[in-house]
Amino acid sequence: MPFKRYVEIGRVALVNYGKDYGKLVVIVDVVDQNRALVDAPDMVRGQMNFKRLTLTDITIDIPRVPKKKTLIEAMEKADVKNKWESSSWGRKLIVQKRRASLNDFDRFKLMLAKIKRSGVIKQELTKLKKENASSI
Amino acid sequence: MAAKRKTPIKTRNPDLIRGVGKYSRSKMYHKRGLWAIKAKNGGVFPCHEPNPKPATAVEKPPKFYPADDVKKPLLNKRKPKPTKLRASITPGTVLILLAGRFMGKRVVFLKQLTSGLLLVTGPFKINGVPLRRVNQSYVIATSTKIDISGVNLDKFNDKYFAKEVENKKKKTEGEFFEAEKEDKKKLPEDKKEDQKAIDAFLIKSIEGVPELKAYLAARFSLKSGMKPHELVF
Repeated sequence: MPFKRYVEIGRVALVNYGKDYGKLVVIVDVVDQNRALVDAPDMVRGQMNFKRLTLTDITIDIPRVPKKKTLIEAMEKADVKNKWESSSWGRKLIVQKRRASLNDFDRFKLMLAKIKRSGVIKQELTKLKKENASSI
Repeated sequence: MAAKRKTPIKTRNPDLIRGVGKYSRSKMYHKRGLWAIKAKNGGVFPCHEPNPKPATAVEKPPKFYPADDVKKPLLNKRKPKPTKLRASITPGTVLILLAGRFMGKRVVFLKQLTSGLLLVTGPFKINGVPLRRVNQSYVIATSTKIDISGVNLDKFNDKYFAKEVENKKKKTEGEFFEAEKEDKKKLPEDKKEDQKAIDAFLIKSIEGVPELKAYLAARFSLKSGMKPHELVF
């Protein structure tokens, strides 16, 4: 299977270890075989090992090591935030965060909602079953 | 020559380093009291007449001298303060009880008593927990809060919850062998009335929030996959 996501200048990656865990960063330069120079609008530009990054499908058009302002403009132009949040990977992360921040009361309300939903589904299912059985 | 003092006067101006005093000339002027020592007063610092001391009672010599010198323990004037209340526990917070008869019940916090224990109520109609005292350590504070302003909690203190003292009756020999007739202790009516008064107000606020009543009626339990150190309460 050939590689589809390459390390290149402008590749957007997700940090999967360390202080900036969960952040979206942009690769702005490659230091050596193992490390990249990485930047994001809300962090100081710094090096990170590739092992700490998971590449995403999103790339942006930037020169090598752009100024913060150019980086932010390029990210706006490529609409990185919306692309990420509408991708299935991004949506899953958002849901995970929401679930982790649920209150004890929220979890109770969630349980009631799940029971209600499954009740409605079961009703429909039994209705369909009955129709099917009667038609046979 | 002026009268010699018994002890040579020690300077009121300590040295910071040799040659440099801590206080300036004007400060020293004030410290020595030169602003008040004037010729018209006789060259002494003026002072009020001392208040006449009240007459002390005549002390009688003690009747008994102990053989050995007994050391008196040092005086302890420490007054213990009520336990520090966790910042997450404020009046109206929903708490989860972790131990005891009502383990797992979700309960409303009312106030902290002077002994440090927390005053808590079910409300009784919702989950069967009466007005009760509970230790802060056996409680998880959730972030759900109910508005309890308007409830009067002044009459509840530690004395309210003290056990009632029975008067002991002397038993004759015959009565000893009889089975002890103990009537089951009934809750006095006024305590029931107090419970109802507090609950009436609380239940109104609770019914204002959807599903809160069912939440308080249910017990909390850890299910499979729940990690307490990762749960947000």
